[in-house]
Order: sequence, then structure tokens, then C-alpha cells
Amino acid sequence: MDLLLEGFQQALTPTNLLFACLGVILGTAVGVLPGIGPAMALALLLPVTYSVGPDSAIIMFAGVYYGGMYGGSTTSILLNTPGESSSVVTALEGNKMAKRGRAAQALATAAIGSFIAGTIGTVLLWVLTPRVSDLVVKLGAPSYFALMLLSFIAVTTVLGSSRLRGFIALFLGLAIGLVGTQTGQARLTFGDAKLADGIDVVVVAVAIFAVGEALWVAAHLRRKPLEIIPVGQPWMGKQDWKRSWKPWLRGTAYGFPFGALPAGGAEMPTFLSYVTEKRLTNHPEEFGKGAIEGVAGPEAANNASAAGTMLPLLTLGLPTTATAAIMLSALTSYGIQPGPLLMENESDLVWALLASLLIANTLLLVINLPLAPLWAKLLRIPRPQLYAGILFFACLGAYTVNFQAFDLALLLLFGVLGFAMRRFGIPVLPLIVGVILGPKMEGQLTEALAISGGDVSTLWSEPVAVVVYSVIGLLLTAVAVNGLRRPAPAAPVTTEEKELVER
Amino acid sequence: MHRSRLSAVLAAFVALVVVASGCGVTRDSDDPSNRRLRMMIPNSAGGGYDLTGRAAVRALEDNDLTGRFEVTNVTGASGTVAMQRLLNEEGADDLVMTMGLGVVGAVYTNRSDATPTKMTPIARLIEEQEGILVPADSPFDTIDDLVAAWQDDPESVVVGGGSSPGGPDHLFPHQLAAEVGIDPTDVNYIVYDGGGPLTAALLGEKIDVGMSGLGEFAGQIENGDLRVLAVSGEERLEGIDAPTLTEAGVDLVFTNWRGVLAPPGISDEQIDYLIELFTEMHETDEWQEALADNGWIDSFATGDEFAAFLEEQDRRVADTLKELGLS
Repeated sequence: MDLLLEGFQQALTPTNLLFACLGVILGTAVGVLPGIGPAMALALLLPVTYSVGPDSAIIMFAGVYYGGMYGGSTTSILLNTPGESSSVVTALEGNKMAKRGRAAQALATAAIGSFIAGTIGTVLLWVLTPRVSDLVVKLGAPSYFALMLLSFIAVTTVLGSSRLRGFIALFLGLAIGLVGTQTGQARLTFGDAKLADGIDVVVVAVAIFAVGEALWVAAHLRRKPLEIIPVGQPWMGKQDWKRSWKPWLRGTAYGFPFGALPAGGAEMPTFLSYVTEKRLTNHPEEFGKGAIEGVAGPEAANNASAAGTMLPLLTLGLPTTATAAIMLSALTSYGIQPGPLLMENESDLVWALLASLLIANTLLLVINLPLAPLWAKLLRIPRPQLYAGILFFACLGAYTVNFQAFDLALLLLFGVLGFAMRRFGIPVLPLIVGVILGPKMEGQLTEALAISGGDVSTLWSEPVAVVVYSVIGLLLTAVAVNGLRRPAPAAPVTTEEKELVER
Repeated sequence: MHRSRLSAVLAAFVALVVVASGCGVTRDSDDPSNRRLRMMIPNSAGGGYDLTGRAAVRALEDNDLTGRFEVTNVTGASGTVAMQRLLNEEGADDLVMTMGLGVVGAVYTNRSDATPTKMTPIARLIEEQEGILVPADSPFDTIDDLVAAWQDDPESVVVGGGSSPGGPDHLFPHQLAAEVGIDPTDVNYIVYDGGGPLTAALLGEKIDVGMSGLGEFAGQIENGDLRVLAVSGEERLEGIDAPTLTEAGVDLVFTNWRGVLAPPGISDEQIDYLIELFTEMHETDEWQEALADNGWIDSFATGDEFAAFLEEQDRRVADTLKELGLS
């Protein structure tokens, strides 16, 4: 406790507070701009380590990290342009909410959810960091494969009302995920080295969401009376709070452990949180049209996972994300040796960092909550100009991923696919799941099988894997029983089709 | 208010992009501090080539040896995309590229024709040794134990490394295997995405042995969670209590190196100018500091010496990968 207080003392000096502020603002900006993630921002900021002290630099970096996780939600909600792969799920419900005039509420639930998740995550760090042993490294490829399979199956059970369309989307996603040479063999690269690393998730997501929608709107602009987006209330109502707090907590519970696992990441918990909220909600009719639970849960999950990432970083010197890896190399450039001895050798610095995480989180809420109604007004820009702006952001985002014009061509190509998917009522989520989880699952499966020399029984050789497979079994049984009890809907009608009919 | 805020961010960003992508090259006089150059980095910011390249650029700029150096990260296929671009810029007299052993391998595994021997060699800057790492309770106490078990049943020893096929951590165990009489195709090599995941796999005892540069493992080595059986260079590493391979009776010296290439087809004066430039850079205090801070071994070589070295490396890598059926 004394250590924590000392940490606060160090983090709350005016200079460090200023650096925290700077980091948070920068992080939010970076999160808002699609394509530039916190990892790239930190890499570009690395030279600051030459001129400021280690505590200030680390505190600023923590601010950038948390800010980036939060900022990504803003463009997801307002512009349907996810800035990071961890905020793709937010766009699903968040943007629909915005279109119904509830952008301010969506932004607010994202901000408050992020704050709560980040705070709980940081407190968990305070409690766990000094104690946790090497537990996190006990999980191997078999466990990760099982966890990914669980997310995968969980998402496929909510493919939407039309199974066929859901599977079409899923397999499209898996096919996109195959591109590259990650397995040592070139697949679908057409001999082009630019495709060797695969297609970046951000490019696909931005294309399908933003470009697809811009094309769709353009195709209907003349035929359809101009739809004014209602202004709506600026703040969250009583009902919104009531519907948000449980998803915030559940999202946190998903996010933190996944963040702490070396191959966990921030995407899987957002998927799981979305699926859970969709199952548990009292307003199932709103899902797909802007349900606040679908924003609150995933946003809490991705911030909690950012907090979780710090656990292996501080206890073992293990970076589990690109961002954490760069924070590590910043430490190294001060001659501070990350690793299991960090807590002992540099406990002042570690506690200052832990304190500053909470400060960064509070700053984020203070800065972003009042901005939510202002941001929401952005949607009152007339459609042609608004979508021109969205397209500009989409291109910028796709280009900055690798600084290659080639990605712009991919963006347009997938944009056309996104347009076609809207036209034929094919859901987006399964495609994104395929793109993100497909290659990861394959990677873990090949790793597990390569280590065991091709022995399949390795897949259930770890206790965590066995537990996860049991959960999958229960889930599948539940789905089967439900399916038998409830007659299938007479005609599969998707939202897009309904929209078509209504027009 | 929100709009002005947004447009300010936008304006700043657009300016950044324009600056980053602009390639206006102006040379008004012979004053070296007016001369503008470009450097390509074949991986993303924060990676090994990036750290090396940017450290060199900083040393050059801070000492006014050149004017502004424009650094761009051209990522893709472990450096193959950048090599292709270097080949395409044949004759460009304002461009250099930081590269290293991993890029040589990547060019072959990606079956690209932009091979390093087609480029103009300028200088080799640094090298890093590879270390052979095992978890604390590994049954292998010495490199001999490992080699014996490996020779006994090659496929039972699971080797992990932080680089994809063609990279240093991949080439090293295969060349080591060949040296101790094991068929390289029998090596069970698992690719990890860099030092972090490799550390996790070693600590969790998912693999038997890890081969990698030791920088990212210093904490675990000091703590005793990981042990180093041997290092791959000519001399022992300071602060690491492990023999070199040659001391342990294995006749192999392997180092991961990084250096600088220029495009093909540039004039002799230009080659001399660039070699002179990096030689001056090598003398600066900033560079010497960067070497110490990063634990890099100074292995500066230019001109014919580097050219011969590059050719030898190129052949060795090509042979190893061909034997594995990867090129």
C-alpha cells in the first residue's frame, strides 16, 4: 500500500501529470485515426526517451496505450470506420445507435465502460502483479487453440437469421485470412511479395464497413428521401445506465484474463462479450439495430485487456502485444532491464506506472465524456459531405497501415465486396471473425501439432484445453436443444432485406 | 469547436503524411549538411533494422555529416518488398537501405529475384550473436548433452526461434544441425513471433531449446529462469556465462549482422561518397553510444571486404534454404 501511495506521489508531480495528459490526448487522436495504432505511435515517440526521464516517458506511453484503446471506438461509432481490430465489434451496434440519433449515448457508454474496465483492470494489476507467478506461461498452443475454437463457435451460433448467409460470410472471411505465407507455403498470394504477410484486418474491416456503406449510400442517394439523423438526448438516460452496467462488468471479466495471456489479445474478448450480451439481453429485437449492450460490453472488454497486458509485461518482461513490445524497448533504452527482476529492481518505476494507469484512465473519462455530445453533432453534416469525409478517413487508414498504395487497391476491392454483402443481406460479423480468428487458430494448431510431432492427442493434453472443450460441448448441446424446441423462423429475413422492403 | 479541433488534427496529420512521403531532393551546393538522402527500413518501426537504421541516421544528422535523412519503413515479406523497391530504384544516388541476414533469407524464401548480390554493398555495421537457451530445469546441462540427444533422435528435440523461415533464428539451428551431422530437414523448428512469445514458450517448457539473440532474454538469464548453453560468435559474450560453440567443440561461427546497401547502377564517386559517409558515422560518439546501449557488436566493414562477406553469406543462406526445400 505504501508503495502504491509512493507511486501516486511520483505520478502526480505536475510534470508527470502533464505527460499523462499529453499521452492521453495523443492516444485518443491516434485511436481515432484508423490505421495508426498505439504501437506505431509509440514507435514514433521512442526518440522522446532520449530527452525525458524514464518515469515521465513510461507514464506518457501508458496514456497513449489506454487512449488508443478508447479512441478507436469513436470512429467505429460515428463513422462506421473501426480504427483498430479490437474496436471492430463496437461498430456493429455503435454505428446503428448513432444512426438512430443515439451517438452521444453510444460514445458515453463506451467512455464510461472503458473507464470502469480500465479501473477494475488496474486494481487487479495492483493486487496480482506482486503475487502472480509464472501462471500465464503455463498455457500452450493446445489451450489457445481450444479458446479460439470456443470464440469461433460462440460467434457462429449467432450467425443471424439466415444460416446460409452466415456461413457464406464466415467462409469469405476464412478465405481472406488464408492469404499469405505464414505457414511457410505461399497461399493466394499470386506470387506478389506484397501479399506475403497477409491482408491487414484494419484494411478489410474499414473496407467492408465504411467503403461498403459509402457505396451503398451513394447508390441510393437519389432514390431515397434525405433521412435526417435525429439529434437525440445528449446524455445517457436512466434506462441506458441500467442496460449498460452489467455488460461493462462482464466485458471486464472477459477482457482482463485474455489480455494477460501471452496469445490472448484484445479481439477475442470483444467477440465473446458481444455474443454474450446478445444472448443475455432483454431487448433482443434491438440487436442489429443499435443495442447499447453491444457497445458497452466489447468496449469494456478491450480496455480491460489493455490493463491485462501489463501483467505479463511487469512480472515477466513478456510483451503480449506490439504496443507492449515497444514499451519494453523504451525501458531497455534507459538501461532498465525488463524481466522477472523488474519489480525488485525498479519497484518505484513500476508503482508509478501502475498509479499513472489509473490517472490516465480518469483523464480519459474527464476529457472524452464532455466531448461525446460534440462529436455526435458531426453526424449532422449533410450526407454527401459526410460520406466524402468517411471515404477520406478510410483511405487514410488503409494507407497508413503499411504506407503502401497497394493497400488502397485492396480497400476498394473489399469495399465492393462490402457493397455486395449489403445488397444480398450477408452479415458482416462472421466475415470479420473469419479474418481475425482463422489465421490465429491455424497458427496455434500448427504450433501444437508441430511440437507434438503430429500427435493429435496433444490438443487435449492441457487442463485448460479440456475445460474449454467441455464448455464448447455444453454450448453446442444448448444450441441443439434450443433449436429443437423453437421452430425455425419461417422465412429468413435480414435487416438489410427489411430495409429494402421498407423502401 | 469540434470541427476546428478535428480539422487541426487532420491538418497536422496531412502535413505529416506529406513530409513522410515527399521525396523532393534538392542539392544546392556541395555543403554536406545540405545534401538530402533517403533510407529505407525493411521492417516496421521498433524492429531490429529500424533501431539500427535510425541510430545511424541520428549519428549522421547530429554531426552535420548530411542534411535531413528521410527514413521510411517499407514493410512486407520480411524485407523482400523493400529489396524489390531498391532494385527498382536502380541508379538512384540518394538512397540507401538498412538490411541484414534476415533479409537475405527472406529474398530466397519468397522466391524473389531482388537478391542482395545485385545491389551495391556499402557497409556492414553491427553483428549480434545467437544464443542457445534452455529452461532452468532442462535435462541439458551443456551443449554436448543437447547435441547428443539431438543426434540420437533429431525430431524429439523441439527448437523454437523468433524469426520466420529464412531469418537468423531459423538459419542458425539448421546450420548447427548440419555441422553436428543431423539432416537439417529433420530439425523440428517452431516459429514464434519474436522474443516475447519465444520467452513464454521457453518458460512454460513448451519447447526444449530456443535459439535467438540474447538481448530480450537478459532478465530471465540473470534471474536463472533460463540458461544459456552456448553462444554462436567468435568470442564469449560479456556478462553471459557460456562457452562459444568452437570452445565447446562445434566448428561453427554464426552471427546475425546488419548493414547498408545502395541500389545497383550508381556511379563510383557515389559509392565512395556513401562509404566515406558511413565510415565517418562509425567514428562518431553517438554511434559508439548506440552500440553500447543496444549491446551490438561493432563489426564495421566496407567496400570489397563487405562485398566478399555478402557474397559468402548469400551463398551459405541459399544452400541452407535449398537443402530445406524452401527456395
